[in-house]
This record gives sequence, C-alpha cells and structure tokens, in this order.
Amino acid sequence: MAINHTYNALLKLRHVQQTYASGQRRFTAVQDVNLTIYEGEFVALLGPSGCGKSTLLRIITGLQRPSKGTVLYREQPVNGVNPHATIVFQSFALFPWLSVFENVDLALKARGIPSNVRAARTTDLIDRVGLNGFETAYPRELSGGMRQKVGFARAMAVEPELLCLDEPFSALDVLSAESLRSELMELWTGGGIPTKAILMVSHNIEEAVFMADRIVVMDKEPGRIVAEVKVGLQHPRQRKSEAFQKVMDRVYSILAGQTEPETIELGVAPGEQGRTRSLPNVTITDLAGLLEQLSELPENRFDIYRLPHELGVNSDHLLSLTEAAEILGFVYVEKGDITLTSLGETFAEASIQARKEIFAARIRRVPLMRWLMTMLNNSENRALNWDIIYDALESEFPEGDAEKQLDILIDWGRHAELISYNDDKALVYLKTPS
Amino acid sequence: MPKQIDLLPCVPMALGSSLEKNMGLLQNTLPPKKRIKRPFTWGDVIVILLMAVLLYGGARLSFDSPLIIEGPQISLNPFALPWYTLLSVGRMFGAYILSLLFTLTYGRIAAYNRHAESVLMPLLDVLQSVPILSFLPIVLLGLSAILPERVAAELAAVVLIFTSQAWNMTFGWYQSLTTIPRELLEASSIFRLNTWMRFKRLELPFAMIGLIWNSVMSWAGGWFFLMASEIFTVGSKDFRLPGLGAYLQEASNQGNFYCIALGLAALIFTIVALDQFVWRPLLAWSDRFKVEMVESDQPPTSWFYDAVHTSRLFLWIRSVLLKVNEQFDLWIIRRAPMRLYTEVKTSKRNWKIGIFYSLTGGLLLYGGYRAVLMLVLIPSTQWAQIGIGAFATFLRVSLSLVIALLWTIPVGVAIGTNRRVAAILQPIVQVTAAVPATAIFPIILLIFIDVTGGLNIAAVFLMLMGTQWYLLFNIIAGASAIPQDLKNTTSILQLSRWETWRTLILPALFPFIITGAITASGGAWNASIVAEYVNFGGQTLFATGIGSLISQATAKGDYPLLLASTLSMILAVILINRLFWRRLYKLADEKYRMG
Repeated sequence: MAINHTYNALLKLRHVQQTYASGQRRFTAVQDVNLTIYEGEFVALLGPSGCGKSTLLRIITGLQRPSKGTVLYREQPVNGVNPHATIVFQSFALFPWLSVFENVDLALKARGIPSNVRAARTTDLIDRVGLNGFETAYPRELSGGMRQKVGFARAMAVEPELLCLDEPFSALDVLSAESLRSELMELWTGGGIPTKAILMVSHNIEEAVFMADRIVVMDKEPGRIVAEVKVGLQHPRQRKSEAFQKVMDRVYSILAGQTEPETIELGVAPGEQGRTRSLPNVTITDLAGLLEQLSELPENRFDIYRLPHELGVNSDHLLSLTEAAEILGFVYVEKGDITLTSLGETFAEASIQARKEIFAARIRRVPLMRWLMTMLNNSENRALNWDIIYDALESEFPEGDAEKQLDILIDWGRHAELISYNDDKALVYLKTPS
Repeated sequence: MPKQIDLLPCVPMALGSSLEKNMGLLQNTLPPKKRIKRPFTWGDVIVILLMAVLLYGGARLSFDSPLIIEGPQISLNPFALPWYTLLSVGRMFGAYILSLLFTLTYGRIAAYNRHAESVLMPLLDVLQSVPILSFLPIVLLGLSAILPERVAAELAAVVLIFTSQAWNMTFGWYQSLTTIPRELLEASSIFRLNTWMRFKRLELPFAMIGLIWNSVMSWAGGWFFLMASEIFTVGSKDFRLPGLGAYLQEASNQGNFYCIALGLAALIFTIVALDQFVWRPLLAWSDRFKVEMVESDQPPTSWFYDAVHTSRLFLWIRSVLLKVNEQFDLWIIRRAPMRLYTEVKTSKRNWKIGIFYSLTGGLLLYGGYRAVLMLVLIPSTQWAQIGIGAFATFLRVSLSLVIALLWTIPVGVAIGTNRRVAAILQPIVQVTAAVPATAIFPIILLIFIDVTGGLNIAAVFLMLMGTQWYLLFNIIAGASAIPQDLKNTTSILQLSRWETWRTLILPALFPFIITGAITASGGAWNASIVAEYVNFGGQTLFATGIGSLISQATAKGDYPLLLASTLSMILAVILINRLFWRRLYKLADEKYRMG
C-alpha cells in the first residue's frame, strides 16, 4: 500500500535506549533508536540475532518500557501495553489447552465483549483465514502453518491499527510460510483489514524485500539502526526480477558489512580500554566445512547473499560462521562477496594435525583467548576454576552471554589443544607452555 | 518395554519423566547457572534461626500444657469403622485444602516478587528437608496449652499433614509459574488478560498437570503423617485421635487380628477408592493441559471419567456452570481490567522494606537469644545423650537404606526391563506400597515385641517400610529409561553380566537411586519419632535414638531437652542433606544424566 501513503505518523520512537544492568556494568541492547512508522506502511526490521529487533518490538507494543527515550502513538506517549497494537508471535503463543475457537474468542472476551457478539466475530475470523471446520480442534492437532493462521485470526480479532509480526514465518516449513505470506499480502494490499500499518521483525532478507515497503536494517553490539532501504516495488513482487535482486544485494551487503582491519576485527581483551569482542557461537567442524566449500568454488569467492542457498544453511548461522572466519583471518568480506584468504585456503587443504596447528596459531591472537591463557599461565599449576574465569567474564558480557563465551573459549581452546578442561573438577588447564 | 509405569498414586513417584520432575524439587533451589561453591548460605542461617525461634515459642507455650492428657475411647466395633474412616479422610481433606491455598498464594508471591523470592524459596528448601514429625510433640504440647485437648490434637494433626503436603506442591506451582513460556505471557498482556483471566486461562492450566501429580504425592505422604498423629502417645499423654490409625493401633494393642484385618481393609479400600474416583479421573481430564504440541501415545485413562463426562447429568451441570462462569468472568473483566504499568516508587518502598527487615531481624535475634538461654540450661550429659542418640538414629536410617537398596535394585531392574516380571509383580507392589508404614507399625510391634531387641528391629522395619518404595519406584523408572541402543551395544561388545552392570546399569540408575534415596532418608528420619519410643499394650518401650529422646522429653515435660533434641535432629538432617545428598545429587545431575 505504498501508493496510499498518507504520511500520517502512527508511531514515533525518539532516542529510545534499552540498557540492562548486570553487576556494575551496563549493557546496551538498543541504542538511540529513532524511527517513525506511517499509516499505510509495511516496515520490516531486519538484523542479525542479538541486534535488539525483538526488544524494539516489545518497546513499540508497550510490553517493555525503554530505559530512555519516548514512544509516541498518534502523538500520545505510550504508557503500558498499547491497546491499538497486537503481535503475531514466532512460536504462535497459542494456549495449547484452548481450541481454535476458544483461542480467538479469548482475545475478544478479555476486552469484555459479551458472548453473543463474540461468537459471530470469531466464526467470521476463522472463516477468513480459511480454518472453518477446525473450530473445535486443539492447536496440537494442527500443522505449523495452520497454527499461525490461528495466530493471525486472533491478532485480527482485536482489530489492531498496528499489527506487529515477530518473525511469524520462521518456525514454519518453506511451503506453508510462502502461502501464508501471500495470504497476508492479499489481505493487506486488498484493504480487507482495518490495520493501518504492519511492522515485521525478520532475519530473512528475501522475505523482507518481498513484503515490506521499507526495510530498517539493524546491527548488534550495541543494537542500533544502521540503514533504511526503501523497496519501492509493486506488489505482487517477482523474486526473479532484476530489480528485486538488486534490492536483495544491497540489503545483504549492508548486513554482512566488510572485513575491518585486524585490530578492529579482533577487539580488545577484557579489562582493556575498548570493545571486548564476543566470539561467534560456531563449532570448528562447521567452520572447516565452510572453508572447504569455499575452496571448491571458482576463484574461492562467492556472492555472500547466495551462499545460504548454495550451502543449504540458514543465513543466521552462516553470518556467525563468516564472522568467525573473518576474526581468524580465513576469509575476507567486501562488497557483498566472500573470498577465501590464502591462509584459509591452506587451512582447507591441510591435514587434521596441520589444521589444528593453524587454528591454534590463529586463536592465540584473539584477545579473549590471549587473556585467558595469560591468566592461566599466571596461576598456580596453570589451572583455574571455571567459576573464577566465569566471574571475571561476567563483568564483560551481558547476562547469560558470559557462560556461552566461556564455553566457546573452552571449546575452541580444546580443539586447538591449547587448553584442556576437566568437567568433574570444573578446572580449566593450560596445555602447552606459552 | 513398559515406557511409562502405571502406578497407584499413593506412591509419590509416578511421573512420566520421573527424574526431571522429581529432581526439579531440589533443583529449583540450586543457584542458577553457576556451580554452587558453598553448601550453606546466609539464607540458611536465617531460616534455621527462624525455626529455632518458632520451636522455642512452642516449647515456651508447652510449659503450661497439662501433665496428663486423656485419650479418646477407641471402639473396635466394625460399625465404627466407616465413621473413623470419614474422620481420617476429613483431616486429610482439611489439610489438603490448606495446602492448596498456601501453595497458590505463597508460590505466586515467590514467582512474581523478586524481594520475596529471595527469602521465600530458601525458606521452602529448608522446610522441605526438615523431619516434619519432629515438630509433632512441640506442636501438640504447645497447642494443648492454649486450646482444649481434643481441638489441639485435631489441629496438630491438620498442621502436621499440611506441613507434609504443602512444600512439594508449592515448589511445583512456583516452578510452573516461573517456566511459563515468555511468549504466552506476552500474548496474555497483548490480549489484555486481567489478573483473574491470566490465572484461569494461563497459570492454572499451565501448572495443572504438575499440581495434580504433586497433590497425588502429597496425599500419599499425608497418610503416613495422619496415621502417626492419630496414634501418638507418650507416657501419660495420650494424643490419639479417633480415626483409622487409632483403630489399627487399638486392635494391635489388644491383639485382635480380626479387627486388624478389618482396619487394613478399610484403609486400602479408602486409598484405592480415592485413586479410582478422584485422582485418575483428574489425571485423565488434565491431559488436555499438556503443553507439548504432539499427541501423547499413552494418555492417562480413567473408566470413571469416561463414564461420567459423557453423562447427561454431567453435561447439564457443565452447561449451567459455563453460563455462570461467563457472567462472572465478564463482570470481573469489566470491574478489574488489566492493570497498566504500576509506578514503583523505589524510595518509599525501600524505606518500608527496611523497616520490615529490621523488625523481623530484631525479633529473630531476640527469639534466638531466648532460645539460647533455654539451651544453656541443659547439662552436658544430656548433650552427650543427644549426640549418641543422633548417631544411633543415623545408624538405623543408614541400615534401613542399605537393606532397601539391596533388594530394590535387583527387583527394580527386573520389573523395569522385563515385561513379564512387571506384569506379575507390579500389582502386588502397588497394593503393598499403598499402605502407609505408620498404619502397620502397631502390627509390626505386635510381632516383634517379645523378641530381644524387638523395638530395634521394629524401628528399622518401620523405616524400611516407609522408605523402600521411593527407591523401588525410582529404580523401576530408571531401569525402564535405559535406551535400547545402549543395551544392544553391551551385548554386541559381549560384556559380562558384571561388566554390563558396572558400565551401563548402575551408572544409568545412579540419578534415580539418588533421587529415591534423598526422599527415603528424609522419610526414615521422620519415622524415628514414632519408631524409637512406643506405648504398647500398657508398657512403654524405648530404644537409644534422637527420636526416642524427643518423645521422652515430651513424656516427662522436659521442655529444654525437647527444644534441644528437636533442633539437633533438624540440624543433623539438614547437614546430611547439604553435605552428602546434595553433592551426590549434583554429581548425578551433571555426569550421569541421560540425554
């Protein structure tokens, strides 16, 4: 409905910031976000996991109050859950003990609507999403796609002005996701629903380009808006068209960014001035797999946005893998292309033992690993209790992340045979003298 | 292979994935994510102090309790049995209602209020590991000082059963509330469910299955304590209550085997009837509340439920109730719509909390000081007695555990891995396990009383009776959970019988054995109160032990000794739990857990 743009602002975020305190340190989940959503607009929030897009959605709907900044709905500050907004959830969030009918009915009942009025409206909504005949079915009897239809019916039941979609298709199989997308677009562009604007959180680039009028791209550490892309294509959109591909390419190159100089790529060690870089959560086996695949491609180079499709992995996982490969200097990302470095090539062709040595040499340079090894080296028996390292890391990372980071460190360190770990005693040892 | 073992609910261990849920009780109280370093925290100290103060208060009150308490006349007339049964069930029911109310409020406060959570959950953890029966004498004496004797005894029984029922239910409810998926909570807010609708449509359904299973466990445990409080008599203080337990005791006292059989039959009938007409229908009904998005292959069934829920009368009642319910819901939705953010005025709250803490702190310190004043009155010889007693009871508890382990491991493995054995033994085991050990204790006494060291044997026997089932059912669950591919691997590797036990069966059973043993050991300590000191057939017998000391102190009216021995027992059990069981439990959880 980009054509019917009325330029009436529905929702405004002004300098919104969300911080979490953990111990003495504060972590910024969302930093200084300014965003306006206009009537008639379909906006997609796109970004890697951990960039705060879901947090933003919760702030927009009033589920969460931002630490700083203001949220205005039709120029009125939002206080509490916004009654004009609703969410379609990633995991559907249906009440498993209520039938399809009761699930939709509950949304109306909670607003105090008497049962005779409710019954007609509920039946109508279930009809409209094509679930008639399934009124008495329980969610567990339905397929994922049908469950999400119930989610949509329930969301529409309260006639929201602002419909928020929290990765609504990511838990579905490819086919049902596709048909649900088209059905939603039909309802939306056909004006069959009183909804004034749609905001969709997504990490699927193609989906965003397919559906949205405007794509707001976010990045992490800290979560912030880095770019806005106007799509400006007519509905229904053709995925194969050149214009579509061009938008995809643009969004992908913004998201993948490009490899920075090594000092920036690596970050600093805990306690030092600057940003402690968290390690992406990938296994070395997967990383080696990526490098091997790249080494078999002509010129050891590939278009990064086509890589998930080519390798059959999801794009989130691939972004993490790419990040790890970048940190270790195995690949180079520029202008939407990923290229294997000569080191990466050597690694891909090396034997198991030689790979370990290359890997060890590379991760010694990672400040976090260097920090851990120095700490181990300076302690008695060159061993430290898991808890002690954990405590030290806790002041560096947001809650929950410290444990994950330590697990990754131990996993990588073990793989490189730099450190070993005894789970019974919860002790981390230094293996080779450094 | 029997995947899910079908048990009578009288046995507190019949959960599908038994380990998860049973361990959940303990696990909840372990600090999250970080590995625990200290077995004790400041919270524990405060809780133990609180308990000392409470006990001191009880002991203080007891000074005014009458020296001689006359018991009721227990009639052995078979026609009195229905009435006695009704009385017993009534006490259980009263205590259960109390437990339910307590659970819903306490668990909800703990789950939604961070400040309260940090106090309430450690408190609950200590409470659940305390040997509840050790409170019985002080509660009885304390209450009989301020209330008429019969009312005091009734109230003490209800309080005692309540304390045996409430904790696991509260833990379960709290655990459910804190594990409601975030998106369901958010959906409730987005769709503006008010507090009542949220409770009715989200919290209660989500917790329902756990709540029912925990209720089943609580009732099973409750019978044990009901029987104990119905037969409690020390010296010239007869605290008995007319009921099934007292009937059985009186019958044993008189050596009337006909009446013993009648009493046992009535007891078993009651338990089986409750199972068939209450718990099984409830479980079958609650299957709809499971959160898993797949159909279960073996949903719980109940013939009674199937018969009733399609009957016309039931449907008519249901439709009427639904109409009333709809009106009520709409009324309450309009009256109390969902609350928006509540503004928290931190400064003011801190101020109030500060006052609350300093008041309770002051009260605790003063109470603790008075308790210490009472404790210093105790001569060192008595302290030595307490030490020796605690050690003797510890030996009995350990012995009963060892005996229980020796027979339950082979039998449990046989039942858990062999369908034919299971088909023969399971019904027998279920009925036997249904009878609360305290109910048969008088009968055991009748048998062993004339043997030398008879009371010692009877005491260990009682502990065994009360503990072995926890172990057996956990081991059955553990054995039936051993994955088939691992069993195949051991046969492909041609491991010897002993090797198979050492490398597969025992490690796989370990978590289940520990879970069972923790509950079992708690039960055995409890049993010592009734087992080590008995009035039987006009004579008083006692063995060396801390349970015996508590009973003797009650009989003599030696309140400082009563306080000291009760406190010592509680401390001993908590110490054993923290230093021994919890470590093993952690080991089991971290290293030997399947999957």
